[in-house]
Amino acid sequence: MKIALFITCFNDLLYPDVGKAVVRLLNRLGHEVEFPEDQTCCGQIHFNTGYRDECVPLVRSFDQAFDGFDAIVSPSASCATMVRHHHETVARHSGDASLVASVAEVSPRVYELSEFLVDVLGVTDVGAVFPHSVAFHPTCHSLRLLAIGDRPRRLLEAVSGLELVELPGATECCGFGGTFAVKNADTSVAMGEDKIGALIGTGAEVLASADTSCLMHLGGLLSRQRSMVRVMHLAEILASTGPAR
Amino acid sequence: MAEPLEPGRIVTGGAPGETARDAVLARIRAVAVPPPAAIPRDYLTSLSPDVDILERFAERVADYRALVHRATSGNLAATVAEALKGRGARSLVIPAGLPADWLIGLGPGIERQSDDPPLTYGQLDAIDAVITGCAVAIAETGTIVLDAGPGQGRRALSLLPDRHVCVVRAEQVVGEVAEALARLDPHRPLTWISGPSATSDIELDRVEGVHGPRNLDVVIVG
Amino acid sequence: MSGSPAGREPLPTFAGTPPFPEAARTALADEQLRRNLRHATTTIRTKRGRAVAERPDWEALRLAGAAIKDDVIARWPELLTQLEANVTAAGGIVHWARDGAEANAIVAGIVRAAGATEVVKVKSMTTQEIELNEALAREGIEAWETDLAELIVQLGRDLPSHILVPAIHRNRDEIRDIFRAEMGAAGRPAPADLSNEPRELAEAARLHLREKFLRAKVAISGANFAIAETGTVMVVESEGNGRMCLTLPETLVTVMGIEKLLPTWRDLEVFLQLLPRSSTAERMNPYTSMWTGVTPGDGPQAFHLVLLDNGRTDVLLDEVGRQALRCIKCSACLNVCPVYERVGGRAYGSPYPGPIGAILTPQLRGIARHPVDEQTASLPYASSLCGACFEVCPVRIDIPEVLIQLRTQVVRQHGWRARTFGEEPVAMRALSTAFANPGRLDLAERVAGGAGRVVGRRGRIGRLPLPGLLGAWFRRRDLPAPARTSFRRWWRSRSSRGES
Ligand code: SF4
Repeated sequence: MKIALFITCFNDLLYPDVGKAVVRLLNRLGHEVEFPEDQTCCGQIHFNTGYRDECVPLVRSFDQAFDGFDAIVSPSASCATMVRHHHETVARHSGDASLVASVAEVSPRVYELSEFLVDVLGVTDVGAVFPHSVAFHPTCHSLRLLAIGDRPRRLLEAVSGLELVELPGATECCGFGGTFAVKNADTSVAMGEDKIGALIGTGAEVLASADTSCLMHLGGLLSRQRSMVRVMHLAEILASTGPAR
Repeated sequence: MAEPLEPGRIVTGGAPGETARDAVLARIRAVAVPPPAAIPRDYLTSLSPDVDILERFAERVADYRALVHRATSGNLAATVAEALKGRGARSLVIPAGLPADWLIGLGPGIERQSDDPPLTYGQLDAIDAVITGCAVAIAETGTIVLDAGPGQGRRALSLLPDRHVCVVRAEQVVGEVAEALARLDPHRPLTWISGPSATSDIELDRVEGVHGPRNLDVVIVG
Repeated sequence: MSGSPAGREPLPTFAGTPPFPEAARTALADEQLRRNLRHATTTIRTKRGRAVAERPDWEALRLAGAAIKDDVIARWPELLTQLEANVTAAGGIVHWARDGAEANAIVAGIVRAAGATEVVKVKSMTTQEIELNEALAREGIEAWETDLAELIVQLGRDLPSHILVPAIHRNRDEIRDIFRAEMGAAGRPAPADLSNEPRELAEAARLHLREKFLRAKVAISGANFAIAETGTVMVVESEGNGRMCLTLPETLVTVMGIEKLLPTWRDLEVFLQLLPRSSTAERMNPYTSMWTGVTPGDGPQAFHLVLLDNGRTDVLLDEVGRQALRCIKCSACLNVCPVYERVGGRAYGSPYPGPIGAILTPQLRGIARHPVDEQTASLPYASSLCGACFEVCPVRIDIPEVLIQLRTQVVRQHGWRARTFGEEPVAMRALSTAFANPGRLDLAERVAGGAGRVVGRRGRIGRLPLPGLLGAWFRRRDLPAPARTSFRRWWRSRSSRGES
């Protein structure tokens, strides 16, 4: 199986450790991963903000970069959503039949990390060790669009030493929402602060999620409040083989 | 390019002399909308046969904080009398066509009024209670439906008095909304009643009793 | 709503509402409002969950509901004229109105012809949309709202903030104060010792309104559904104020949006399950009234049905956006919306708040045909696209999909001119160019990595006094500093060392 890592523009620049964790994890499970260097951005920011024309070249370059892989694995549920659900809309919008065809080829091969592990590789125990208490934020895109359900939970529950704590109101949006976070910053922050409040109430050491974008928002709030709670991507925990540094 | 519009101000242009009707219909016809492939009706239209329909109806009506009385044809009149007494009713309006034997248990303490000739709204408002039958009742939702037929009277009768006693015969109770609709005549004025008047307008907390009858007694016969 | 105590200044309207981000900021600062909203939305959410879980066939009902409504739109002219014919045959009079002004004029004419100077009203979103009460007031006709929440809003000289519970932003203490202060000027005063008990407040409303019901000659209602096949019109309610209005006056005027149609009588088996459970979270609402034309000797002897367009045919123009016409105004999407829960309804600048307002208002205001004002253009962005609304919508309106579609309309038509857009369009174009070219992206990442080292502290960028949208991030949040080595560069160095 030819596996490609779709790192996403966001993780590439701000959270390269998440990408490294995915590579380590998949290698440990005995799989080679390739990183097509022509990849850039799935176009989610543009699409969700209404810049559909500007999104077309990004969809095209995505399909070129990832042509020929059996599985395209991404540590971002929201970017996986963008490719799987919305690239088709963009392709139809472009009126370019060849783009529609290439999207139909490439998009269904995109997997969010936990889907790939559980559904394709068939593992839930990835042999990780992480002796910390963790609250999991099941982001809106994982939950409602990708419907990845309890896969991240099952993976976390199998991690040695990890204590999974219940996050009250877990399914409620954290308030990130892409450009919503800046266009409606006050509302976004109000939502995030409620989420942080619930999190701190749990006493968890780590807040984990399958989306670094939500973590950037919540982590940004925690950092400003000088909180000791760390935010970590699911991949970083699954790649871990001992206590966090 | 047209000017941006003020919020709440919508101006729809039309050719001079064109009626609003023609204009609206023409605007719709200008856009071709494909029909849905099919209308899937895979929902339930009756209750499973192992549900005791009368039991379910009684339980669901009681959930709305209406009073439910079970009666037999033998003790119906006594049950009705008791229900009215329990609500402290001193006057009662009786719709035309109400079976006379429902009322034989009433004592002399209750003044009876007929609606023939029609009472004024002021008179109706001053009457304590109304007794009616119904057209159909729905077990799943705890609903009774009045259709202004015999024994039910015009709509104002079951609206202005503050106490409503409704007699439901076993064979009038169906399981689901779908079955009720099939039995009803849409050309009659219909009132669907599920419990007493209520509101959730204050902090979304349900309070029974605003404008409609604040006390609902449902007597199930059979 | 100026159909209220005479001689006082006019009541507020939604005109002049600032764009959503600004309106939201004001609302967020109101702690009492946030507490009231949180309490109310949490209560109703839990209840709705229970009412829906009870139906094993809920998804089948939703699918049927969506398809029936789509069928209405596909056969709109045929069904509207069928309704018109059946209402007329049953003794009703049907009027058509292109817009609010036409509808208001029709209603005022009917009220005048009936010799009335006041009307009682059943809660109706449609008449709020066209500001009927204000129009009647200009004609010297007083309109009394009779739904408890509407009464609270009217007496409180306030704006509604929820579809089902317009006074959701008020708690019991505030309601008691409004009743004590205002009822006297509008009719029967509230008892002097009125407490904040919901039961007592409801009793005060009962007594206050009873005299109005008994003397009213004309009532005005909206309609939840109208059945083309039979000409039957219906109103779903809880308190009995609807029954009062629909039964006692001699003349009844129903103002109905043309999308409120259902093709057949049988279709109610779907909608009478979907609506109550989604809206008041009950198996069935206390009262539903259905009438077909006029019934001699029972109820109003004159019935007028006003069929209102007012932008609905514009909603038809967008093939994605038109699913908003399925809406049955249940308000479930408001109750689950995290944005609505925090800012309330008035920030949306229309009687239609929350997720449905964000997709319906811009379309009713013609966004598919021409630019709209800035407040309207800000509405499709009033969402984090979390999808909770779609999950609960009984007619499966994919609200996030429509929001994104309308954002595209906004950008296409006038995004670059809108103040609230700031530097965004330029940034979006620059990003698109960079992203379409991996070499340029790599360069940009190196620049960002360098800049991050300059402004970052311990891997974090803290307070940055930037203007515009970027600055908005930093007011209350930090940002991780861009990595010294992007993943891309790490990978390259790793492969050049021959690792794998
Ligand atoms: S959009 Fe759906 S959930 Fe929202 S009010 Fe309309 S029908 Fe209800």
